[in-house]
Order: sequence, then structure tokens, then C-alpha cells
Amino acid sequence: MTALAWLIPCALLLGGIGLAGFLWSLRNGQFDDLEGAGWRALDDDAPAAVEPVKKARPATQA
Amino acid sequence: MAQALIDHAGPASLLAVGVPRATKRSDEPTTTTLVIENMHCGGCLKKVEAALSSVPGVNNARANLSTHRATVTHAGASTDVTALVEALQRAGFKAAELVGTETNDLAAADRDFVKRLAVAGFAAANIMLLSVSVWSGSQGDMPASLRGLFHWLSALIALPATVYAGQPFFRSAIAALKARRVNMDVPISLGVTLATGMSVYQTIRGSEQVYFDAAITLLFFLLIGRTLDMRMRVRAAGAAANLLGLRAQSALVLAADGTTSRMAARLLEPGMHVVTATGERFAADGKLLSGPTEIDASLISGETKPRVASAGDSIYAGTLNLGRPVTVETTAADERTLIAEIARLMQAAEQGRASYVRLADRAAGLYAPAVHALGLSTFLGWLALGYGWEAALTAAIAVLIITCPCALALAVPAVQVAATSRLFGKGVIVKAPDALERLAEVDTIVLDKTGTLTRGEPVLKDGGRVDDATLARAAALAVSSRHPYARAVVRAAAERRIPVSPSMEVLETSGFGLSRHSETGEERLGSARWCGVEDGGDISVWYRCGAAPAVPFEMTDTPREDAAAVIAALKSAGFAIEILSGDQPGEVERIAKLVGIASYAAGLMPAEKLARLSQLKAQGRKPLMIGDGLNDAPSLAGAHASMSPSSAADISQTAADAVFQGELLMPVLETIAVARSSRRMALENFAIALGYNVIFVPLAIVGVVTPLIAAIAMSGSSIAVTVNALRLRSRRLRLGAWRSKQ
Repeated sequence: MTALAWLIPCALLLGGIGLAGFLWSLRNGQFDDLEGAGWRALDDDAPAAVEPVKKARPATQA
Repeated sequence: MAQALIDHAGPASLLAVGVPRATKRSDEPTTTTLVIENMHCGGCLKKVEAALSSVPGVNNARANLSTHRATVTHAGASTDVTALVEALQRAGFKAAELVGTETNDLAAADRDFVKRLAVAGFAAANIMLLSVSVWSGSQGDMPASLRGLFHWLSALIALPATVYAGQPFFRSAIAALKARRVNMDVPISLGVTLATGMSVYQTIRGSEQVYFDAAITLLFFLLIGRTLDMRMRVRAAGAAANLLGLRAQSALVLAADGTTSRMAARLLEPGMHVVTATGERFAADGKLLSGPTEIDASLISGETKPRVASAGDSIYAGTLNLGRPVTVETTAADERTLIAEIARLMQAAEQGRASYVRLADRAAGLYAPAVHALGLSTFLGWLALGYGWEAALTAAIAVLIITCPCALALAVPAVQVAATSRLFGKGVIVKAPDALERLAEVDTIVLDKTGTLTRGEPVLKDGGRVDDATLARAAALAVSSRHPYARAVVRAAAERRIPVSPSMEVLETSGFGLSRHSETGEERLGSARWCGVEDGGDISVWYRCGAAPAVPFEMTDTPREDAAAVIAALKSAGFAIEILSGDQPGEVERIAKLVGIASYAAGLMPAEKLARLSQLKAQGRKPLMIGDGLNDAPSLAGAHASMSPSSAADISQTAADAVFQGELLMPVLETIAVARSSRRMALENFAIALGYNVIFVPLAIVGVVTPLIAAIAMSGSSIAVTVNALRLRSRRLRLGAWRSKQ
């Protein structure tokens, strides 16, 4: 039974990390364009396109 | 000349359009949202972003394929929206600026629901894990201390999660109670609060049974329903805003020094001089400074026959200039104008509809008092039988948990989501949240003529009277013009599969017609006077070659391709159908006979259309209004339900419950069929939910409901109603003699 003492906190912590990750990605706009994201993955010259995206986010959200 | 003005406006506008707004803006980065019509794949996405990034002053451009929009961050003063739109146009995309933030607010609300859903899901999964251990342990050797620990852990997760995830329901319930009403959220909030509260009490007492899992799973299921519902509304609102955004006009403004510049119609101010080319719509209300010209006011009044307007006459935004290019001085919105009158009528008409009570709320009105009475009588019954207040309260709360309308609250949203997404796929955007319910009750269909039953654009009448050779020559002239009549001639040639090769050196004399010198003499296509015909009668287009007699090209407005078939199907389904039109009686009669409608009224003013609808309502009928014109807007707002084609005037599209796209009238059948079927399914779902209650409520009253039974009942009924609703997505539907193709 002593295993429960650390197994339960572990389980809750892992679940919590998952939840926090989901909330972060939602706030970050990862789910804003599911259709487009699929296409972007196939984009060959990705580095050029990725860079401005990060800069843009705060501006669009504000 | 008009063509020349438009061509020159392109480059000029890059410099000039920014001027009126430059004073308001600094060089701070500004964010603009653009609607892009024909963006469909990853390639388009890249092209759009590349085109936008190449405009000077643009810091960042990000296109969104799901919403068909692009967000551009640019330096306010040095870049203007027109430049962005033109850059996209050069890349082959039709784009327009999106104004209004309503969809952004909705999208934020949607994100909020998803967050709460995530928290509820996390809590439900973890609590269920602990609960399952307790349930299986209760048969074996689980010590009471460990059970107590698990209950405390559940409480620790459940309390904050319930407070956060349940907020939308608690707020809505409080608002309803304040207004002395009952909605579905009242029993939900009561059930969740009591279940959680009692579970905390039982945990402190170290009792065997707690209901944390039931309460949080309930919230999780309900949030799924609400989130889906919200997502559909965001999608519909976004699509509707895109349609309107793409229709937004620009106007060619003539400055005092004779220079011209293009600017968005919504930025026009009173007193500006606007040049409107042949075949262009007037961008704002105003007074005609030059003229005379011919005006097609079908979008305003439903009248198809062009009327002549001369200098000094009032012009309404949305009417089409058929004659020569004219200058209009824009005027401020006048309280006495037709537009203001329509706005007043609409306001009055909308108030009538606000009293509609939704199906779920009507169910809640019956259900909530019954549930509360049942809970109370269980409590009193147990007391009367001599048990303590604790046992009585436990039984009463078990009743409340079991009857908590999880399935009932999911029943309607789940069906609505399935129905709206099915219609969305068919090009129908359902805008009002309660539109489907009202559409399902409709028994009378009232149609506008011009632009609704008909295509709203001129078509060559019985083309048989013009022989192929003449039509080919006329089309060769017409292909170089943007005039609606000229386009109709070209379309007629295309329909007969006559190859059209554009003639060289065609001269367009605005307001008269086209001409060209050929070996057989001068060819002319245009008005009767232009072709030397003394008395043209009703026929507005003529063709003449040299000294040969002029050939009449009679223009008419034809019904939509499937109008007669759709009307026949509606009749077979038992609908009463009538036409209310603002057009001339003769024209209305002709179309009514063509499509097979016996009841029609012509020459109606907007107020008269609305009066007819009120009359129908007073007779106990539930009319569906389908219209596109500005003159239909009050009727669209006042009818029991309303639809409009996506070619409709902005105000009409906003007033309508649903907007359908495309050239056909068929979406009307599909919409009514889906609406009726979704009502039937909502009722089926109510029956399923009640069926579960009939089985489990007696168990709760006698006090044998364990948390395990509560969890099974709750999830079982929720899953059953959702699965039932999803059937609507691919079901074959019937309406009278018509069957859906899916």
C-alpha cells in the first residue's frame, strides 16, 4: 500500500502536466487553424515561414 | 470613359486612398483581418502569405485555411488595406477587409468553453480512477482509512474543478432565477451543487458513498454539448461575416481638384462626389449630379424594369447603374428615406420574434418543477416513515442526481450540431441559434420574386427569335462590355454553344451601346435609339448591322433553374405558397405561372409585405419568408422563420435566420427537411432521457442508488442521446415527394 503514497501524486502530476500543456497550446493558438496546420507540415521551406509566426502571435492576440 | 477611370484607379489608389485615414493613424503596427474567398489548399496558403508579405510596410502575414481569413500586421501609416487587397488580386485571390469584432468575441467564448472542458475532463478522469478503486475495493478488503483517503483526494480535485467548470451553468441559472424563470441550468446547478456539497459532508463523516464522480462527469458531458454548440455558432457567424465582407464595396471618389481615388464604401462621408461606372452598384445613398441614366433597383424594390433617373434625383446604395457613368453626391442618412423606413419596420418586426421560447427551455419549464417536487416528496416521505433527516436527505439528493437532466440538456444541442453541420456542407449557413426549431414549425412559404425565385439578372428571352449568326455577331461585340445586358447576350451565345471571338476596335458609348466598323457596314448593339429604332416599346436591347433592319433582343428575368421543381415538392409536402413582390403585376404573374404558384401579390411596399405576414400569423399560420431585397428585410425579421440567398442585400442577410449559397433553390428543401427531422430527433432524445429516468428514479426514491448506479445511468443516457443525434448526419430525408440525395 505504501506504493500508493508516491503513485497517486505521480499520476496526478502527469495528468496535470498534460492539462497544462493543452491549456498552453490552446492559448498559443495551436488549434486556430487545424486545416492549415496540416498543409504547413508539408511545406518545404519551413524555416522562413516559422520565424515570423512566433513574433506575430502577441500582436494578433492583442 | 468609365472603363478608363477604373483602370487608372488601380495604381492611383495606392497613393491616394491612405490620405483620409492617415491623420488618424500613427506608424504603430496595426492588425488587419482580410477575408479571402478562393483559398483552398496549402499552396494557396503560401501564395497568400507571400503576396501579403511583399507589400511594403507589412511586418507579418498569417493566413488561416479553416476560417478563410488572413491576419496582417503592418505599419499603420505606410500601408493601406487597399494595397493588401490589390496584392492578393494580382496573386489571383478575391479578398476584402473584415470589419466588426463579433466573431472574435464568439471565438473567445469558444476557447473559454474548451478550457473548462479540459479541466472538467482532467478532473473526471482522475476522480473516476479513484472511484473505480473504491467500488472494486468495497467487495474486498479495502480498509476504511484508505477509502477515506481516496474520498479526500477526490474532494480535493472535484471542488476547484466544479467551481471552475460549472461557472457557465451557475451563471445562467442565477440569471434565469433573477428573471423569475426556470431553464435547464437551474436543475443542473442544483444537482451538481447538492451532490458535491453532500459528498463533502459524507467525506468528513467518513461515510461509504460519495458522488463526486457523478457531479463532475455530469459537467464534463454537458460541457461537450455546449462546446460543440458554441463551435457551430462560431463557424456560422464567421462564414456569414465572410460573405458580407466579400460583398463590401469600394467607391471611386472624385476630389475637388479632379483627381480620383478608390476607398471603401463604409468610409464615405456625406458631401463626397462618387463616380459610378456602367454596370456598377452605387456605394452610398446620394443625389445624382449628372445624368440622365438608367437604374436597376431590383435589389431595393424588387422591380426588374430599369427606371430613368436624372440629375437631382435620389439614388439608393445597392441599386445598379445601367446607363452612362454618373457622379453622385453622397448624402447623410435621412430619416425620411426608404432605408430609414425599412430600419424602423425591422426593429418593430424583430421584437415580435424575441418572444419565441426554445424547445429545451419549454422542456425545462415542465421538467424542473417535477424534479424538484419529486426530490422534496422523497425527503418528506422518508421523514414520515420515521427515518432520520440524514437518510431522508441522502435519498432526496440521490433522486436529484439521477434526474439531473444531463441527457436532456445534451439532447437538443447534439441534434443541432449534427443538423447545422449537415446543412453547412450543403452551403446553408444557419445563423440564429433557435432557427432550426422555428423552421421545423413552418407551414406557409412566402417568397419574394426578383433574385429569390428568379436569378435577378437579365437573360435573353426565347433566344429562338434571334438566329445563331446574329447572336454570334452581337456576342462578339458584347464580350468587351461589362454591362449586364451585354453579359446576358454573351451568356445566351455560350448556352447555344456558339463560339465567341471578341471583335477588335469595339467602341462603347456609355448609356447608349456598342459599335464597330466591319466590312458589311457599322454594327451596333444597344438601346433602341442607338440602333435607330423609333419605337422600341418594352424591348431595351437591339442589334443592327449596316442598313439591315434592327433585331430586337428581348431581355427578361428567368426563374432559378430548379424553382418549378422545388415549388412542386413544397406543394406536395402540403405547404401553402405565395409570392409577395414589389415588381409590376404582369411580370409577377408571368413568373408565378412559370413556377406554378397560384397565389401572388405585386407592387407591394415593404410595410405591405410585413402586413401580409402579420395577417398570416394572425390566422395562426407560421410563415417562412424567403427574400433577398432590401424591401424584404422587415418581412425577413418579422416572419416566423426566414432564409435569404447569399446574393441578398446586406441587411436582408443579417435579418435572415439562414443564408443559402449557390444558384439553386434546392437548399430550401434540404433546410426544411433537416429542421423537421432534427425536431423529431430532439423529441426522440427527450424520450430516451425520460426512459432512463423511469428506470432509475424509483430506485433512487427507495434509496438503493449507489454511486456506481448513478455513474452508469448518467453516462449511459448521455452517450445514447449523442449517438442518436449523430445519425442525422447521414440520414436520407424526405419532404413530400422530394428525397435528399445524401
